[in-house]
Amino acid sequence: MNSTHEKLAQSLKLALDEDQLTNCMRCGFCQTACPTFIETGLEAASPRGRIALMKAVVDGLMEPDESFRSQMDLCLGCRACEPACPSDVKYGELIEQTRAAIAAEKPYSLPVRVVRKTFLQGIFPHRGRLKLIGKTLSFYQKSGLQKFARSSGAMKLFPDHLQQLEKALPDVTGDGLEELWSKAGLPYRRETIGSGSKLMVIPASGARVGRVGMFRGCIMDVMFASTNVNTVRLLRQAGFEIVIPEEQVCCGALHAHAGEMDDAKQLAGQNIWAFGEANVDYIASNAGGCGALLKEYDHLMHAEQNERLQQAAVRFAEQVKDISELLSSPGRPLMPIQAESANKTVKVTYQDSCHLRNVMRVQGEPRQLMQQLPGVDMCELQGAEVCCGSAGIYNLTQTEMSTTLLDHKMEHVEATGAEVIVTSNPGCLLQMKWGIERAGKQRIEAVHLADFLAGQVWIEDKGE
Amino acid sequence: MLESVIREQLAAVVGGKWFKDDPESLVSYSYDATPLYQAMPDGVIFPGSTQEVSDIVKICSKHRIPVITRGAGSNLCGGTIPLQGGLIVVMTRMNKLLEIDADNLTATFQTGLNTKQFHLAVERTGLFYPPDPSSMIICTMGGNIALGAGGLRGLKYGTTKDYVLGLEAVLPDGSILRTGGKLVKDAAGYDLTRLLVGSGGTLAILTEATVKLIPKPSYRKAMVAVYDDLQAAARTVSNIIANHIFPCTLEFMDQPTLQVVEDFAKIGLPVHAKAMLAIEQDGSVEDVERDLKKLEEICLASGAVQLNIAKTPEEGAKVMEARRSALAALSRLRPTTILEDATVPRSKIADMVLEVQRIAQKYDVQICTFGHAGDGNLHPTAMTDARDPEEIHRVEEAFAEIFEAAIAMGGTITGEHGVGIVKAPYLEWKVGEAGIRMMKSIKDAIDPHQIMNPGKLFAETRKRIVFQERTEQAGRDSASNQDQDRKLETS
Ligand SMILES: Cc1cc2nc3c(=O)[nH]c(=O)nc-3n(C[C@H](O)[C@H](O)[C@H](O)COP(=O)(O)OP(=O)(O)OC[C@H]3O[C@@H](n4cnc5c(N)ncnc54)[C@H](O)[C@@H]3O)c2cc1C
Ligand code: SF4
Ligand code: SF4
Repeated sequence: MNSTHEKLAQSLKLALDEDQLTNCMRCGFCQTACPTFIETGLEAASPRGRIALMKAVVDGLMEPDESFRSQMDLCLGCRACEPACPSDVKYGELIEQTRAAIAAEKPYSLPVRVVRKTFLQGIFPHRGRLKLIGKTLSFYQKSGLQKFARSSGAMKLFPDHLQQLEKALPDVTGDGLEELWSKAGLPYRRETIGSGSKLMVIPASGARVGRVGMFRGCIMDVMFASTNVNTVRLLRQAGFEIVIPEEQVCCGALHAHAGEMDDAKQLAGQNIWAFGEANVDYIASNAGGCGALLKEYDHLMHAEQNERLQQAAVRFAEQVKDISELLSSPGRPLMPIQAESANKTVKVTYQDSCHLRNVMRVQGEPRQLMQQLPGVDMCELQGAEVCCGSAGIYNLTQTEMSTTLLDHKMEHVEATGAEVIVTSNPGCLLQMKWGIERAGKQRIEAVHLADFLAGQVWIEDKGE
Repeated sequence: MLESVIREQLAAVVGGKWFKDDPESLVSYSYDATPLYQAMPDGVIFPGSTQEVSDIVKICSKHRIPVITRGAGSNLCGGTIPLQGGLIVVMTRMNKLLEIDADNLTATFQTGLNTKQFHLAVERTGLFYPPDPSSMIICTMGGNIALGAGGLRGLKYGTTKDYVLGLEAVLPDGSILRTGGKLVKDAAGYDLTRLLVGSGGTLAILTEATVKLIPKPSYRKAMVAVYDDLQAAARTVSNIIANHIFPCTLEFMDQPTLQVVEDFAKIGLPVHAKAMLAIEQDGSVEDVERDLKKLEEICLASGAVQLNIAKTPEEGAKVMEARRSALAALSRLRPTTILEDATVPRSKIADMVLEVQRIAQKYDVQICTFGHAGDGNLHPTAMTDARDPEEIHRVEEAFAEIFEAAIAMGGTITGEHGVGIVKAPYLEWKVGEAGIRMMKSIKDAIDPHQIMNPGKLFAETRKRIVFQERTEQAGRDSASNQDQDRKLETS
């Protein structure tokens, strides 16, 4: 056996949870849920196949060669296979363990390494740097540079998918939730508590039904800060007092999915501490991808030595809720803006965020929230539960599969006749925008659930 | 590893992309849903047409390469394990629904078609194809036909073999055979269609099939009957049949299954009950309501202690959901789940369930029983761990005794999952020496070089077990006392 393969095989043997491998009874029920199996029809590109490949490596039946690695890379990590599995095999854990072993044993090529390091260690964990990028992007968009880049053909220097992606980028300002909130003159106060933690506290409108810690996210707060603002407006309207701990950081999902578990744990520890201090009833997430990892902090930290941290992680995970859950209950029902929208209907369809659906197991609430609105005609998207191909940085690393999935998705969107695609995750939202761009269907608009709802329900912004 | 000339020839037939023999592909077609079995093939091929299948088989025939046909690989009998290596022929690219003929009430399709997709397409036209294996979301119609798959609706509507009217198949020499057609009656010579149905890929590769359809029942309703006595549940089954009522579903769960399912699903199942029947009827509203009334009476008269009749279709669906979740619940309990398929005449269900419980105790293994009571098809299911060879050995011994018991009661070793590798050692117990001889001569005549799915169906027959001998070893077994005088012949 090739020596790098041998080393990887050894670390896979150590890393992979043998119980989970054995629990897979090979019934194949997961296959029809798996996007890469649906597209290729190949057993190896299915959850059952990938588990069998992992097991074959552990059993010494096969070496973890290039094709093994690329098969593991081809997995979107969308985890649609998990709810479909009667045996409750934790596929997400298995693929994460595999990727961690690969990341540790076999270094990526230099350019990939640079990209990974830049994003995972250099940018996402650093709020300041993300903001700076936001400001630069804002400058790029506003200064006419963007126009220039597009019209001069400079963008042609980049690969196709990057060009299209560039067009799909939303307008950004570089301001995050807190700046936008205070600049808008909306009510809030600042508090310093416990061991010096700083909080921004935004009062509920009307009687208070609970205290919610707002997880603002990293990319979310740069690219979609206005969505964060709308999220807070909706939560207030539903009766929540909102607390934003200053010391919160990136959730670590992109790190965990890329196999950088130590980084992920470090970020998790910081968040657990920050929200623990804030003494909240719930922690609100408006990004399916982040929410899913937050919801699994207990699992991420389960091997931690520090028992208090472990317990805090369990409590944290229990508190995490998607905003659609909070808005449905325990929040107060939202009131639609009747007068204008009553005779005008907007046709809407919903694309599930994989991690919201498959990990947080939230699928009914977003749909119901929209269905209850009189001006909204909700039509179900065929294959709404199938991943759109965004999947973290998958659309950059596995462009071919990603675009195939996206193009099929857009065909289904087209078939619904909807004018608006609503999603619950920034990655999916960008991907949808990119899909609209690719398909040349500019009459369709992609929006985040929070933004859509904020446009449809009555919100009292001012006052205590 | 195939010789390079052969690889080139095969790749030329299907186009390079659809022939594979890299380690990843070989590993990923080395297993199916059968626990404990795995073997490596030499190549995997994905034909796109009957002609390609024929060309592939001709190459394999010439070079004596084993041909293992595969649908979705969801079978539980080791049917697609390449015991002697060879070429896995995956049929899933050939998945076209060719025709739904509403005038003749037939459908014709390529055999790689997914069963669920087929059901949906048929039901969209207001027609109905009853065979509904629980695995239908993944399995193929070809796999269903090759194994004679059954399902929850078997009692009233029969199984796959009752619906196949015609087949197109590629024989081991590459020639293309057509049998039957859109005919309801056909008495021309040997019934080759029936011969191929259930042949498990050992006689031919099925490429196309025509099946019969029926009008879709307009209404359905479900109920649950709870028993504190196994015999009463069994009596109910016999009484239902004796009253000439054929519910579309008549499912059974024993107490261990009930407990496990309730633990998992938390739907308020009667865990203290000894057994439960889930019953469903379909048809016109009047017929269903009338049958349900009668079924209620029969259940109560036969000793049911509790009856729950679904008030809405959703409630009915929930009842059936409970039954369907049985396997899911069981499979979460221990790492390895071995689901078997012993079938007895309906009047023997209680005896058989008691036997299974006795045998499980005797071998100190955990076996729960549920299944299609209406047609006597039980699924004793062992929860075990593949990593414990000693326990697996006991499980195997227990199953041998369970098959023995089934046959002794006039039953069979498999009701719907097929023989494959797993049941091959027991086939002779069921069909006898003359049966094996006739089956072997058919096989030899059609496949003289033994290239079609070798190692399946026929194996060295296991010695039959003498119950008494075994019961002496299992001293802890209380039920065994009643069985002391029960002795079966060794063959
Ligand atoms: C959880 C679970 C539940 C199940 N429930 C049921 C059930 O309720 N009822 C039931 O009957 N079975 C059930 N099964 C077993 C299995 O799903 C069925 O036997 C099914 O018919 C297999 O179809 P397949 O497409 O997966 O075939 P495969 O597993 O791929 O093949 C099965 C056999 O058929 C042969 N074969 C496949 N396609 C062809 C072809 N085109 N031509 C010739 N030979 C072919 C193969 O060589 C093999 O011997 C269940 C299995 C699982 C895992
Ligand atoms: S995570 Fe998604 S892509 Fe990966 S195996 Fe599961 S279903 Fe397939
Ligand atoms: S559904 Fe679960 S048990 Fe079945 S093959 Fe997939 S992972 Fe394995």
